[in-house]
Amino acid sequence: MSATPVAALDLGDLGFGRGAHLLVQRALAGLPPGGRLAVSGRDPALRVHLPAWCRGRGHRVEWPDRGEANELVAVVVRGSADDDRWFGAERAGPALPSALSSRPPARWGLGARGALLEAGGPEARFDLDDRDLVWADIAPHLYAQAAARQWDPQTAVPWDDPFALPADVEAAVVQVMTYLVENEQAALVVPARFVGRIHPHFREVVQLLAVQMADEARHMEVFSRRALLRGAEMGTSSAGGRQSLFTLVAESDFALASFLLSVLGEGSFVDLLSFLHEFAPDPVTRRICWLAMQDERRHVVFGMAHLEHQAQSDPLLRDRLRAAIHRRHDSLVDTAGLNADVFDALVVLAAGGWHPDDVSAGFDRVQALQHAMDQGRQRRLVRLGFRADEAAALSALHTRNFM
Amino acid sequence: MPAPTVLLGAVAYDPKVVTIWEGFRTWLRGRDLDFDFVLYSHYERQVEDLIAGRIDAAWNSPLAYLRAERLAAANGTAVRALTMRDTDQDLTSVVVVRADSPVRQLADLAGRVVAVGAVDSPQATLIPLDHLAARGVTVDVRRFDVGVGLHGDHIGGERDAARALVAGEVDAACMIDANHLAFVQEGTLPPEGTRIVAQTARYDHCNMTVRAPESDGVRLFGTLLLGMSYADPQVRPLLDLEGLTAWREGRTTGYDVLADAVDTSGFYSPDGRVTATDYRP
Repeated sequence: MSATPVAALDLGDLGFGRGAHLLVQRALAGLPPGGRLAVSGRDPALRVHLPAWCRGRGHRVEWPDRGEANELVAVVVRGSADDDRWFGAERAGPALPSALSSRPPARWGLGARGALLEAGGPEARFDLDDRDLVWADIAPHLYAQAAARQWDPQTAVPWDDPFALPADVEAAVVQVMTYLVENEQAALVVPARFVGRIHPHFREVVQLLAVQMADEARHMEVFSRRALLRGAEMGTSSAGGRQSLFTLVAESDFALASFLLSVLGEGSFVDLLSFLHEFAPDPVTRRICWLAMQDERRHVVFGMAHLEHQAQSDPLLRDRLRAAIHRRHDSLVDTAGLNADVFDALVVLAAGGWHPDDVSAGFDRVQALQHAMDQGRQRRLVRLGFRADEAAALSALHTRNFM
Repeated sequence: MPAPTVLLGAVAYDPKVVTIWEGFRTWLRGRDLDFDFVLYSHYERQVEDLIAGRIDAAWNSPLAYLRAERLAAANGTAVRALTMRDTDQDLTSVVVVRADSPVRQLADLAGRVVAVGAVDSPQATLIPLDHLAARGVTVDVRRFDVGVGLHGDHIGGERDAARALVAGEVDAACMIDANHLAFVQEGTLPPEGTRIVAQTARYDHCNMTVRAPESDGVRLFGTLLLGMSYADPQVRPLLDLEGLTAWREGRTTGYDVLADAVDTSGFYSPDGRVTATDYRP
């Protein structure tokens, strides 16, 4: 042989059919290109497999002299392909979300954040790639909280608790549930449209939205199940209600969709669910409204945090938010707003009886709910930097459909 | 001055061939070579077109190279191997039996059924059968003709032979060394379920065959191929697909084993005519 090997590896009885390449690879990794590794072993196929394996990986093989009667199979001369593959490789930013890239490049694509990326590969187009547009520092925390608080619709709800409601009260529950299901559908579809556009560098936001979608999926399930718990028919769905929800789904700007859905819509929904929790006529309705309310609160917190972050860096954001409210109001001005059946059902539930005094009290409670929703919207608008009087005016333009 | 040109022929043994040569075409055209390619459904027409001057270079199997060499010699011209892959050098084929087979050495295979690849596969048919014949071992050949005309580029014949071995339908199977490893690793052959009873001498595989003397375009083509780097992310995926980490200068010292097999089996005549019986590419 031409030179003295600098390293030696004894594979014992291990062959390439059972992972010998791992040991060879490990030994070669410690050598520079051109470094030599004497490989010995007793597997009968080693003399065939070792050179075949080396050939495919750009390593050269030198053969021992025939006279050398030992277990030495060959001397492997390390090639450079392993190093060449990682020439120009780069880390896809930091592993932890502490110093995120303000604009991660498209070439990082679906690589795990912080991974060492081989050069080349597709330029994946994730158009929501501006940290200020997507990120909120609270996202990792909210995600962890959301993941920890996922509940099982089968076991978290007392479906079998005995209760019997008068037919008209049951009908009111069914009507409200029907309305909730269509709203939850919209609340699932809206983030779904953005999840695939967000650069994976901001993965905690993607994870959070994914859990948010899972939340809405559960809400759809439990509200549907409650609607059909005692009967076989859903309630009504108004054209105006669906029109209002459609304007949410049609919004293609992430910040504006997040504003309309989470800050204004789901914010109002938290009040509605709280109201239903208080006036629910049965334990199942009470429980599912409470469970959904916990989830929706989280959605509002993220929507707010994300927009507060963005408002700090973009002084023009408020103009766009204002315009979005006006635009949605204008497109809904000719629609009826809240389904009258839903409004009436809420009054029936809050009344708790059919005496005129009960109905009057129920009506007052629904009015109080609407007032609370308006106050909540105004508070959130003020937190986003709107003046109090403008916040009041803008809140008044919010869809009468609540969401 | 117009850019030098090269028209290459390649055999479409797999859809990835289009990806590979489309990618190389883009890369080469970016380096002032007016490069294009045509695809053939089998090697025989590609070789004939190279000799007839209809293409400038043929990405040839070793068998196709030998035929090109013979056809060129017969008409008083010459071809040469411009480049080859690093993975084309120093291959071997093996004859494999089941681990529990009574066959201990090559001679024990006499009169037994041996599975081989397609009729025109250098590595899984011609070379191993010549190896057996040269040692006076006469066997009953069971051929797996997958992709006839592709000179064994299609792995199907070898895999079918390996499967027949595992199924107990044959006593031995022939395959290239790297495919024995691949079949073991992918599970076509059980680990430690087979035993290698013979290994052929080393031989070389494909090369980029060109007519001698080369044109300016062909010379530039060779220089550019040799300059392709595995560190270049544009070509690395193409090199991975084509199964190499670097192009090497072509050499023709590794074709004697196959040339012997071709003569012994009468696959081609000395002047390059196809003389193999039941070969319909």
